[in-house]
Amino acid sequence: MTAIPVILILSCLFILGSSRLSVAIRVVAVQGLFLGLLPLIRSAGHFSVAILILGLSGIIFKGVLLPWLMQTVVKHTGVQRESAPYVAFGTSILIGVLLLGLSTWMAINMGFPANTSLLMIATAMFLILVGLFLMIGRRLPIMQCLAYLILENGVYALGVSISLEFPLIVELGILLDIFVAVFLMGNLLFHLDRNLQDNGNKQ
Amino acid sequence: MMLGGFFAMLIKSKTASYRIANLGLFLGSYLISIPVISTLMGMHNLPVNIGWMVPGGTFSFKLDALSAFFCLPVLIISPLAMVYGKSYMAHEDKHLGKHWFFFNLLSACMFLLMISNNGLMFLMIWEIMTLASFFLVMYDDEKNEVREAGWTYLIAAHIGTAALLLLFAILGNDAGSLQFDRIAASNHTALSIGILFFLAIFGFGVKAGFVPLHIWLPEAHPAAPSHISALMSGVMIKTGIYGILRILVLLGHPTAYMGWTLVIIGMVSGVTGVVFALAQHDLKRLLAYHSVENIGIIAIGIGTGVLGLVWNIPSLVILGFGGGLLHVLNHALFKSLLFFGAGAVTHITGTRNIELLGGLLKKARWTGWTFLIGSAAISGLPPFNGFVSEFFIYFAGIRGIKTAAPGPVILAACILVSLALIGGLAVACFSKAFGIVFLGEPRSERASNAHEADKMILLPMLILSFLCICIGLLAPLTLYLVLPPLQTLVGFPVQIGYSTVGVLQILSIITLLFALLIVLATMFYLIRRKLPRGTEESTAGTWDCGYAEPTARMQYTASSYAQPLTELFQPLLGTKQHGKKVEGFFPAQADFHSETPDAAREKLFTPIFVLVNRLISPFRKVQHGNLNGYLLYIAITLIVLLVWKTGFH
Repeated sequence: MTAIPVILILSCLFILGSSRLSVAIRVVAVQGLFLGLLPLIRSAGHFSVAILILGLSGIIFKGVLLPWLMQTVVKHTGVQRESAPYVAFGTSILIGVLLLGLSTWMAINMGFPANTSLLMIATAMFLILVGLFLMIGRRLPIMQCLAYLILENGVYALGVSISLEFPLIVELGILLDIFVAVFLMGNLLFHLDRNLQDNGNKQ
Repeated sequence: MMLGGFFAMLIKSKTASYRIANLGLFLGSYLISIPVISTLMGMHNLPVNIGWMVPGGTFSFKLDALSAFFCLPVLIISPLAMVYGKSYMAHEDKHLGKHWFFFNLLSACMFLLMISNNGLMFLMIWEIMTLASFFLVMYDDEKNEVREAGWTYLIAAHIGTAALLLLFAILGNDAGSLQFDRIAASNHTALSIGILFFLAIFGFGVKAGFVPLHIWLPEAHPAAPSHISALMSGVMIKTGIYGILRILVLLGHPTAYMGWTLVIIGMVSGVTGVVFALAQHDLKRLLAYHSVENIGIIAIGIGTGVLGLVWNIPSLVILGFGGGLLHVLNHALFKSLLFFGAGAVTHITGTRNIELLGGLLKKARWTGWTFLIGSAAISGLPPFNGFVSEFFIYFAGIRGIKTAAPGPVILAACILVSLALIGGLAVACFSKAFGIVFLGEPRSERASNAHEADKMILLPMLILSFLCICIGLLAPLTLYLVLPPLQTLVGFPVQIGYSTVGVLQILSIITLLFALLIVLATMFYLIRRKLPRGTEESTAGTWDCGYAEPTARMQYTASSYAQPLTELFQPLLGTKQHGKKVEGFFPAQADFHSETPDAAREKLFTPIFVLVNRLISPFRKVQHGNLNGYLLYIAITLIVLLVWKTGFH
């Protein structure tokens, strides 16, 4: 049970330090697969339809479909790596560590119900913050989509770790995934290969 | 009226759109004139209250004598300006629907403003009025200088409105309501009255054109079409005066410093306005500066009235307020007349630069004579209307001396000195304007090819000239015209007392003498026309003084005519002169050029705006257009809020 949060955190730190797009996408895909497993493991055998859909949709969207779409975009635009980020990769990892500390502190102090796993909540917060930070610190549009997906993963993780029976989370998870898909399609269609400023008027 | 304008905008045909707008304006003016006149006759006040969804605001109207009096100029000038504008704009290719729409909107707003009885209502109409006039100024929006003038006006007007917003906010807060009746009934502390008064002076002063807030006038008036300048200069700037008077009424019994402030502002505006007018080459710019001057005279009158109230000297109240109010009407008449005249000159010659004109009186006789009447009236010469109102204010000063108390005597000195200076300089300025434009020989091709203006352009000018003479000749009666608004202003019935009757008697004698003079002059003219029948007539160039070959370039130019006076005021004017010096006995080439930028604009507002720009320009870096940066702001805000919230737990 503690393995999944640790994997999620490590994958985030890895993405913060990596410049190659396809590697980062693969790591996010792994993240998605584990996130999809999370509700299935947490419910511990008492599968309800909602939980089943939640888990499967997580695996399909986050683990397979969206990464595949991103890889297509990468191939299509021909840009392989983030060469000039706003925040350098080393600094990014350092900031990531700080964000991890911040999210842990928040998870402890926010006053969640006792039965929730603090580690899980801290991880979810960390995912959200890393997503936000990547959006700010990276230049490529495809990287921004990736960042958004990570942020969305965080929302998903937070929802799953607070309450499993809440059908709203299911809907939220799927809807946000669709959002990411729309961004990616836009990327494909308008050839956003450098940064958003240069192509802003095309949108 | 507004409906007429609205339909005018929709209709494609040029004539039809004018007709609809015209119909609306005339019908509206006619309908409004009934209650206005009946109120002025002292019949009734009619308040109208209609609920409104906006909090604090009601559709509340009240027509008292003060409002009615200020409606008079609108009633007279708006329709005339429209008739004039029709012919003036006849050669334009643009569709005029929008133009007439804003014209009607402006006229309607001026009425509504005068009668609105609620602070919020007042502010909204004030704003619509400003915007409507802004669009009217921007008629020639393809020209760069017109756009610049329009922006200057818009910025100036909104700085003024900001002060008014604050003013009404404080008033509403003190009274608990924005209804004027409630505000009038509420009590204010002495400090808040002072703040309110100066806010009103600033906010309304921008519109009225007090120095140094006048900077938009000499930009916007030349840029606008002439009938618009006439409407704005003649009528719209008076809404500023109306606002100040209304606030004075709402604040209750005035204190001495208010009167002194108004008098000093009036003196400064009056003298500065006329001195700057003297240095101008552009006919309409010159007139715009004269608006500043006349607003100054009105302010002196009102200030005197306020001081009269404070010192409890009835004759000062009557003559001061009476002169000020009458000058509002008079200025509307002759300034519109002069702007119409300037427009006619521009129309027939294609230029506003007086250095290029000359000899127009021979070509355009009616334009010339009506312009002369306007010039005499604005210079305060009898028997025209400008004389009457200035005479009242003069006599307020003389009454002040008679009381022999220190305050009134100082006031009298201020009034007499400044009015005399203003009057003298105004005469100099208009003798320059009229002399250079209409007398002498044409200074350019354009002036020599001129012809008489269109009949429908002349008609409004003739009507206005007639009104100017009428008021001038009926001078003693005019004081009765301003009595009802005066009573509203001071809040108690005013009788024309013994001391004032004396003034009226002197005025009657003067007017009688001048009426006699006019009759005699007409008789002489008629006899003169009959006499030389059959004798020979010869034509010679004007002022050729025995020169063998006089040319038009030998004449006095406008700048050289005004030079002795402008040199006297050089420290104030800051005229810049460029050109080569004349050298040797037979100079081959020389040129001369001078310009007088507005001192308040150059020395006061430009530095302020540059400073403000420098102070706020660091904030421009915050708004950099980089998406990642904006995301960073959002993220920082989010995290700070989260941490804050968490810390509280």
